[in-house]
Amino acid sequence: MAALNTLGFIDWVLMLVYFGFVLGVGFALKRYTRTSKDFFQAGRALPAWVCGLAFISANLGAQEIIGMGASGAKYGIATSHFYWIGAIPAMVFLGIFMMPYYYGSRARSVPEYLRLRFDEKTRGFNAISFALMTVFSSGISMYAMAKLLQILHIFDAPFQSMGLPAAYMFHVSIAASAVIVLLYVFAGGLSSAIYNEVLQFFLIVAGFVPLVYLGLKDVGGWSGLQATLPAAMVHSWRGMGSADTNPMGVDVLGVSMGLGFVLSFGYWCTDFLVVQRAMAADSLAAARRTPLIAAVPKSLFPFLVIMPGLIALAAQPAARQPAATPSSAVSMVAAESATTGAGLIPFKVSDTTGEIVRDRNGRPQLDYDLAVPVMLLHYFPSGLLGIGLTALLASFMSGMAGNVTAFNTVWTYDIYQAYIRPKAPDAHYLWMGRMATVFGIAASVVTAYVAAQFNNIMDILQLVFAFVNAPLLATFLLGMFWKRSTGHGAFAGLIAGTTAAALHHMTTIAAGATPGVKGGLLAIVHTYHSEMAQNFWTAIFAWVVCFLVTIAVSLATRPREEESLRGLVYSLTERPRERDEPWYARPSVLAVGVLALTILLNAVFF
Amino acid sequence: MGLDIRLPIGLMFAVLGILLSGYGILSDRAIYAKSLGINVNLGWGLVLLAFGIVMLLLARRK
Repeated sequence: MAALNTLGFIDWVLMLVYFGFVLGVGFALKRYTRTSKDFFQAGRALPAWVCGLAFISANLGAQEIIGMGASGAKYGIATSHFYWIGAIPAMVFLGIFMMPYYYGSRARSVPEYLRLRFDEKTRGFNAISFALMTVFSSGISMYAMAKLLQILHIFDAPFQSMGLPAAYMFHVSIAASAVIVLLYVFAGGLSSAIYNEVLQFFLIVAGFVPLVYLGLKDVGGWSGLQATLPAAMVHSWRGMGSADTNPMGVDVLGVSMGLGFVLSFGYWCTDFLVVQRAMAADSLAAARRTPLIAAVPKSLFPFLVIMPGLIALAAQPAARQPAATPSSAVSMVAAESATTGAGLIPFKVSDTTGEIVRDRNGRPQLDYDLAVPVMLLHYFPSGLLGIGLTALLASFMSGMAGNVTAFNTVWTYDIYQAYIRPKAPDAHYLWMGRMATVFGIAASVVTAYVAAQFNNIMDILQLVFAFVNAPLLATFLLGMFWKRSTGHGAFAGLIAGTTAAALHHMTTIAAGATPGVKGGLLAIVHTYHSEMAQNFWTAIFAWVVCFLVTIAVSLATRPREEESLRGLVYSLTERPRERDEPWYARPSVLAVGVLALTILLNAVFF
Repeated sequence: MGLDIRLPIGLMFAVLGILLSGYGILSDRAIYAKSLGINVNLGWGLVLLAFGIVMLLLARRK
């Protein structure tokens, strides 16, 4: 592989053009960023299609592009459930039912909605955990990117020519991504982040479309993939009836309730990282259209991000002929017994020993995370390789900028203004937002280095955030659709739900895992088929407990006066009018269209 | 918002498209062994250029 990994002059030029534009957009927008509303809410002046593409792009970070390709190679096309089941219905729900309360209330952030609807403590709990989580996840994705670039050795040449060890790549990529994102968010705030996310969206498409085209052509198209790979990998619903019979080890109830409802609605409908993009729209109608417009590319993205994983597994590294004759299972076993890996995917090499990582049966493990980058290096000649790598870097940066803008808003409005300095002039909060951008990014860099040193701490933190997030959806649903729910109820529900998630995780385990961070710390009451199934059920438990406790405590406490809930709760808010819009721009029409498209895609890949 | 986003998108893709297709014309055919013998730089470069021009036209028409 080493010989392939050199970049031509043209690749560098293309990459620099992109960085030039990213920074240029940031500085061009600086002039228009005069108030805190401009900085944190993009002035609430953007058209729906811009917000919609940013909505998708902010979610399309490092973990997404690399992880979905990896998951495609590991589990096959069933990975698309994360999109078709795990995103589209939730995005439609957000646009049709929830946006009116987020956008229509005077809230500037998701935690602020919780304060308007419930009380200060519920907001505080959500704001603080969310702020910590965004810093943490942007640090983790920074780490993932630096690690990946280091493993690929693509940028080694300039380091060699300067006489520096190649390991410096890790530091340089962290520093470079931090500085670039810092500069453009600092200058233009949310509008700058959103504009760049749109740029990044198109660039990701520009980089991945030719990749999938060449890859599919090489393996003989979709029918070639079907002939090469096992049936369970090319059918999204094959074997989902029972956890025993599908590669993910999940069952249909876990998928539909855990992924399709609790996790996906929890993320898309309550995570300020994405909701912030919709709240930046120029009108309520545009805000409602934002997630619906985003759902169209989202439903097609499996073809761009999951397909490369499948192709990487099916493609033949040495021989260039399309796979014409191999019979399904045999070819995979044969490939796995080879010394290089399966298809194009290499074996996982340990950081510490430099040896191939093996499972407990002594079988070598594949480094699935390399599926997408290896595809780029395999099919792209110099030139297009520059575009492909730029697309990869763009996805890293859009994910990071998404976290940073969500962090600086929640920090400034929901923590600083709420608890530290409530009555400062607007210019002070604008300044604070810029400072928050600086220290948010600095904290992410620290997180990235901690992640490099102590993997366990990161796993534990990730788990804690998962526990805190799991019950949130129940709180928002009850808040928006049940006027009787109270602040005490919401807060008690969140605490109980988080505790339930932790307890469930500590008393169950995935088959084959060792008790500890992976679960089973207290006792092992139940063993799941896979970690994924365990996560789905943790979320389901947390949601149910939060839902019931919120209702019980709400009924026992004094209800809010209805007058003060106007605009915040479904039954006390006027329905948004759609008649003034042309038919194609009506949220309900878009929603039906997107859902039909998703059902069609599921049917095709059934 | 003061800046029409289609302007930077259009400019960037036009520049990328010109560079990529230009390189496609000048480059040695041998490098396209990787991409199944297709001169993807020229082809895709022209697509990106066309996309950039469409974006610029939309930005101007406003």
